[in-house]
Amino acid sequence: MTTVVRKEDPRLLRGVGRFGDDQQRRGQLHARIVRSPLAHGELRSIDTSALDGGVQVVTAADLPGDLRIPVRLSVQGIDLNEYLQPVLAADVVRYVGEPVAVVLADDPYLAEDAAELVELDIAELPAAVDPGTGRTAAEFELGFGDTGEAFAGAAHVVELDFEVGRHSAVPMEPRALLVDVDPASGALDIFGMTKVPVFNRAVLASMLDVDENLIHVHASDAGGGFGVRGEFYPEDFLVPWLAFTLRRPVKWTEDRSEHLVAVNHSRQQRHRIAAAFDVDGSLLGMRDDVLHDNGAYCRTHGIIVPELTLAMLPGPYRVPAYRGRITVALTNKTPCGTYRAPGRFEGTVVREQVLDVAADRIGIDRVELRRRNLLTPGELPHTRAMSTLGTDVVLDPGDYPGLLESTMAEAKRLGYLSEVDTLRAKGRLAGLGVAMFLEKSGLGPQETADVSVSATGAVHVHSGGTSLGQGIETVLGQLASEALGVDPSVVTVIAGDTELQPFGAGSWASRSTVVGGGAVHVSALAVRERAVQIAARMLEAAEDDLVVRDGTIAVHGAPGQRVTLAEVARACQPASPFLLADEPAGLAARRRFEVEHMTYPYGAHVAVVELDEQTGEVRILRYLVGYEVGRAINRTLVAGQLMGGVAQGVGGALFEEFRYDEAGQPQAITFMDYLLPTAAEVPGVNVLISENAPSPGNPLGVKGAGEGGLTAVGAALASAVRDAAGITGSVERLPMTADRVHRLCDMRGETETT
Amino acid sequence: MKPAAFTYHRAHDVREAVELLTELGDEAKILAGGQSLAPMMNFRLARPSALVDITRVPGLDYLRHDADGLRIGALTTHRAVETAGVPDGFRVLPRAARWVGHYPIRCRGTFGGSIAHGDPTSEWCLLAVLLEAGIVLRGPRGRREVPATEFFHGFFATAAEPDEMIVEIRFPGAAPRAALTEFAQRQGDFAVVAAAVSLTIEDGVCSAARLVLGGVDPQPAVVDADQALVGRSANETTWRAAGELAAESIDPPSDGHGSGAYRKRLAATLVSRAFTEAATS
Repeated sequence: MTTVVRKEDPRLLRGVGRFGDDQQRRGQLHARIVRSPLAHGELRSIDTSALDGGVQVVTAADLPGDLRIPVRLSVQGIDLNEYLQPVLAADVVRYVGEPVAVVLADDPYLAEDAAELVELDIAELPAAVDPGTGRTAAEFELGFGDTGEAFAGAAHVVELDFEVGRHSAVPMEPRALLVDVDPASGALDIFGMTKVPVFNRAVLASMLDVDENLIHVHASDAGGGFGVRGEFYPEDFLVPWLAFTLRRPVKWTEDRSEHLVAVNHSRQQRHRIAAAFDVDGSLLGMRDDVLHDNGAYCRTHGIIVPELTLAMLPGPYRVPAYRGRITVALTNKTPCGTYRAPGRFEGTVVREQVLDVAADRIGIDRVELRRRNLLTPGELPHTRAMSTLGTDVVLDPGDYPGLLESTMAEAKRLGYLSEVDTLRAKGRLAGLGVAMFLEKSGLGPQETADVSVSATGAVHVHSGGTSLGQGIETVLGQLASEALGVDPSVVTVIAGDTELQPFGAGSWASRSTVVGGGAVHVSALAVRERAVQIAARMLEAAEDDLVVRDGTIAVHGAPGQRVTLAEVARACQPASPFLLADEPAGLAARRRFEVEHMTYPYGAHVAVVELDEQTGEVRILRYLVGYEVGRAINRTLVAGQLMGGVAQGVGGALFEEFRYDEAGQPQAITFMDYLLPTAAEVPGVNVLISENAPSPGNPLGVKGAGEGGLTAVGAALASAVRDAAGITGSVERLPMTADRVHRLCDMRGETETT
Repeated sequence: MKPAAFTYHRAHDVREAVELLTELGDEAKILAGGQSLAPMMNFRLARPSALVDITRVPGLDYLRHDADGLRIGALTTHRAVETAGVPDGFRVLPRAARWVGHYPIRCRGTFGGSIAHGDPTSEWCLLAVLLEAGIVLRGPRGRREVPATEFFHGFFATAAEPDEMIVEIRFPGAAPRAALTEFAQRQGDFAVVAAAVSLTIEDGVCSAARLVLGGVDPQPAVVDADQALVGRSANETTWRAAGELAAESIDPPSDGHGSGAYRKRLAATLVSRAFTEAATS
């Protein structure tokens, strides 16, 4: 398909998009959250006497009962009720940034001034900062086969410890909510709840104890989501509840300092991984013991990241026996959730480092070791006897070795390999990184779409996905236009409005094109079928003789005999002679698309880096992502997804970390200390989009593209740094900051210790 | 991230600025470019009760060279320094400007503002100390010049009185062989460590040298490395030895951007690199 201009761009590029903070209502109050300044302590009292009369303040004592944020995704039947986050801390504070009170004022400056005057009397308690000292919220195991036997009979066993640092998504737009209220009925109009609006509406309705139809969550633009934005947080109850209770519009816009301590953190894990190989380097088994730092509470994602870590760890390889065990520890730090490629970013770097170390140990080329152990096309579909996200792991058809082959060939063609050789010949510390990964996408169970044609021929798509900047409106518009035979420009997509699409499941887990797209596809086909039926009556022709093209329906072989889609839509209006007595009016369809299992895209990342051994600087010279997407609806958007993912991966691999001191005080609460990569640090990215393995699980054959740009960046850069530094063990930890790389360079040539 | 309440005053000339500072008292701050002050106010790390905006004061935006050396007006932007034509002996200034923040910051931030802010990694603070500049202040008691070597008193603390404003920075002597280099993980960030050096080479031998480090102390740190430099051949071995000596003589702090031990190693590297650059400049 040819490149289609993004539907979102005209409004976004002209600055007329509508984000949460763009919303204003007459008489609105501004909320400011008072947050705990201590990591752990007994909250003895809250003194608000310094506040003047124009300001209102709410504490846990004012809330209706002991409200806690429920888990959205439950895992392995594990009960987490004991660990859920309260809307406001009542007796104990458990992390710096935990909401304790809300102040309301007429403008955001006054609200921030007033929030400073709220005096918290907190008796400090010891803080658990290291997950090893934290309380265990859950422990579980996933696996298959006999790992004991596999390791006992192994010719080579490689074991190593690896740590991934705590970091997370930093969308360009912080969270924002505007809640308007109908003073008579209490009906709420909510703007800014973008990701899983239908789910959030249900949670809010239940917590407010009202019918969900009293709440209308509107579609709005969002400056990025990446997993963290749009989940149900304490503020998502507080702001609507305040509007509902006070019968006044309430607005809240998070600032960046709040964002860095309030939204879900992610990634922090400590692994001890072991892999067993036979004499030829074939994998016999894998074991991984993981300590997962979940922060102070279990939030909406529950313990899905730990589960995904274990479930996806074997990746695209033939692993006869596997046992993953994870301990989810609670610490006095910001609670954790998913961040783009959750569990896979972590698991992929750990697994790929084991393979790199093993290749050296066994004496096989790194790429060859992978080739030998990748599942072959003949072995797919492949069922792993474990489940994740409530569905079995069934790897759908693909050609993993083929993709590795084509990606390496592309890297060679682009001169990656020779560049490393050239630099080394000049005495420079250059290295090549290679990482292979498996992704998952298209989580069900369903998505619903409404497609309708209006009297002017305009097509409307109401999807349950949400527009987070990823281009969903463009892609769904393309799918509708393709199925209906109309130009994409006549299609308007509204994604994530709870009234227009009350059965939507949201945009996350790389599901929008696969499941949301599937729903639009089947709905648009239903509209097309109905249009042909009506056109047949209008043209007095047989349905089989009609051709749908360019917004018209014509009799085959008689191009003069035709009606436009607009005419057909008008013929579907009440009182139309073409409408039968028992038929509903309108040219529209609502269809549901269901999937049984996820679909598993896969890919390979290749990186060329150069190290400055004196400063520890890592320069990323080249970066290539090879990715199998089944079918690319819009190649430009797929490439954009992959490039954006690489940028975020560079952050997690080299720069970003939420560090804490021993008292649990966060050390990275501004952009001076939380180092996002900038245009100067992000390399140009080459992409190789492969469409060789369409998914059989959906009519479009698509696999998700949302996360694979990020999944293996940690792994590929770790591989490249390891190669450049010439160390025999692993790089041991992400992020590979300059300080750490400097030390790795010092280890060069040292004999292996692990 | 909204500043605490403050009053705003625009000064139209230096005299008015000084009058305003006198009238408004200790808690007033000068707004010269706002590239450091405004973020600090937004974080409420700085809470001035009043701002005296001098950005419209005319006549403070210049680089002039005369018998007294190179004079830089307080409101000269970093970008103006970067693109200025200066006599050979002062070329280290435009060359170092590229290390100052990012392009938009360089277009708004001012030379005098940076000196007044007194960040110990600031390129201009390091070069002012390195080149023994004079900081020219105007206050209610008139005009005075404080040597840069006595101006910086620790993190964001300087010798300027609350009712004084910087009007000019005077670089009295040319330093034909001088260089500044630094390292930060990301381009445009404050340096983890920065090294500014100047050299005199006579007949292939280093006859005098000066070395200032940033990021290792609460103010620009003058390090005496003469023992490794003076009287030695002007070559790589000497520069490396100077770097090692400098690293031994400092005790830098640890933070999220690097441990003290790492900063020492960075200092050794950067000093050596800066001398190499200075020797060939």
